[in-house]
Amino acid sequence: MSAQQANALLEVRDLTMHFPVRGGILNRVRSHVHAVNGVSFDVQPGEVLGVVGESGCGKSTLGKCLIRLLAPTSGSIRYAGEELVGAGHNELMPHRKRMQMIFQDPYSSLNPRMTVRAALREVAAFHDIQAPFGIDAYVEELIVKVGLRPEAADKYPHEFSGGQRQRIGIARALACQPDFLVADEPVSALDVSIQAQVLNLLMDLKDEFGLTLVFVSHDLKVIEHFCDRVLVMYLGSVVEELDCTTLHESARHPYTRALLGANPINDPDDRRPLTVLSGDVPSPFDLPKGCAFAGRCPLVEARCESERPVLESKNGAHPLSCWVVD
Amino acid sequence: MTATQVQPVLEVRHLSTCFKTDRGVVTAVDDVSFKLYPGETLGIVGESGCGKTVTSKSIMRLLPEHLSFQKEGSEVLFGGNNLSLASEDEMREVRGDRIAMIFQEPMTSLNPVFTVGWQLDEALGYHTTLDKAARRERAIEMLRLVEMPEPERRIGEYPHQLSGGMRQRVMIAMALCCEPDILIADEPTTALDVTIQAQILDLMNGLKQRLNTAIMLITHDLGVVAQVCDRVMVMYAGRVIESGTVRDIFHRPQHPYTKALIESIPKSGAREHGKRLPTIDGIVPSLFELPHGCRFEDRCTIGDKKCIDREPALEALDGREVRCHFPLGDAR
Repeated sequence: MSAQQANALLEVRDLTMHFPVRGGILNRVRSHVHAVNGVSFDVQPGEVLGVVGESGCGKSTLGKCLIRLLAPTSGSIRYAGEELVGAGHNELMPHRKRMQMIFQDPYSSLNPRMTVRAALREVAAFHDIQAPFGIDAYVEELIVKVGLRPEAADKYPHEFSGGQRQRIGIARALACQPDFLVADEPVSALDVSIQAQVLNLLMDLKDEFGLTLVFVSHDLKVIEHFCDRVLVMYLGSVVEELDCTTLHESARHPYTRALLGANPINDPDDRRPLTVLSGDVPSPFDLPKGCAFAGRCPLVEARCESERPVLESKNGAHPLSCWVVD
Repeated sequence: MTATQVQPVLEVRHLSTCFKTDRGVVTAVDDVSFKLYPGETLGIVGESGCGKTVTSKSIMRLLPEHLSFQKEGSEVLFGGNNLSLASEDEMREVRGDRIAMIFQEPMTSLNPVFTVGWQLDEALGYHTTLDKAARRERAIEMLRLVEMPEPERRIGEYPHQLSGGMRQRVMIAMALCCEPDILIADEPTTALDVTIQAQILDLMNGLKQRLNTAIMLITHDLGVVAQVCDRVMVMYAGRVIESGTVRDIFHRPQHPYTKALIESIPKSGAREHGKRLPTIDGIVPSLFELPHGCRFEDRCTIGDKKCIDREPALEALDGREVRCHFPLGDAR
């Protein structure tokens, strides 16, 4: 799939998010956490784009920037042709309705003092959703759509199990009829059997509502199953962009290969030494001059330490940022 | 694995652990029996709330005594003693020395106000007769064994100065510093990234081979189980529902729950891409309202009235155990 199509729903260019770190008596900005560093990609309508990486790689920050829960430091996010970076509160308002987020922990993202009905009504009322059969009927319809019984409407979040709560989180996100969703580790806190239920639900809802999704996860198995394309992130940068149907065959970047190799395979007859990377991720305060992965890379060369590779497609292959493999 | 001649290092018989709650007494672990042999890794799998962690904490007697109790007849046989009846002093001799435990969250299981070295020294000081200098040497040696970078420097650092993977290494170093016979690892890699998980699993495997430690690995990640365990015990709502070798469990599961659990993991490869995953409908029954019959009955796709009326017993079947009226046989 070519990344440069004119009709992309979301076009992200050189997106950068630096968080200031303050300290000292005068509370001056001492340094910055470089959470996202110059990320560019497109999302086509109806596509599911995965974002994978280890903790601290900036994948959640990226997701929050996309729907402007955070104000990016620089770069551009064009949603259906309109620029979101730098837009003010009032300018963003019409977009808020069209882009929503599903969070990892549905318990802390639901108000414990509000019944499910109240929480969903609030969203629908705020965004002026037209409900021909009344708002209560609308809310109950949503609850049934996410696989809960209509009686669930009058319960509080603590009365549900983790999987059910995540369904409520999904209903909340859908209540304002968005066409773009960012799902931030939506199934990471769930048991495998429940994880499968929620993934199937997301897949059905995506088809029913014609949603476009950015799916953030650390679990490559889930990404591979669920997404069309995946961005592999390392320390705030995309190191490789891959098609999920040919993930194993086409992955070239040593970091992607390491991630694939470290994932335990569900077959006791196919035991292999898991790929073990030495070392830890470098500090996001001061990024290394060269490739961020150089310190842990098994293929490292002299050039990797001194020059930073850029994400580019060579000879029509998929985008990759590495000096050694191409 | 030569399980036939070797004596088990731990034998759990009819372990039942109950909790006293406001709504009455619940049995979180119900009549669990298993054996653990030296040098083997036993995986305990199941969904949250199935009793995996309570089983391990019951063995270590780490559950609060005013809120929980083990039913009469529960036996945890270790080194000729029944730990189920042991006194707190006797337990203290065993814990950390002969049986050690690693917990899921290394940040909350390390003491934030003491250095790594102090915490390693505490266990060594209690269980060994080494002097201070020798203990420090041993602590550094243990950190080196778990492949901690710069152990001489790290020994003086506090838990907050370490990354998640390094904290888990400290936990493992603490657990192994007295060379225990049994290591109980409760979700040791769940909070870690896959690349760090690979390091920790690699490390545990190496230590098992070197010290012949028996490992009880509690996890919900079936991929990890497939890669590192020798035998597997599957739990559901406080009961053991199936146990057997890892290959039997993965390739010829007998219990419908085990089969469904294995099928619900996303598979890799283009063939499966974008397909609906097989799921297990419904949720685990509440321990307060357990059914009379099979506990999996309302989520099961096979079975009949017999399953509602009577709970199946755990029956031996070709060197493995299954708790089902209608075991699946060899059909995959």
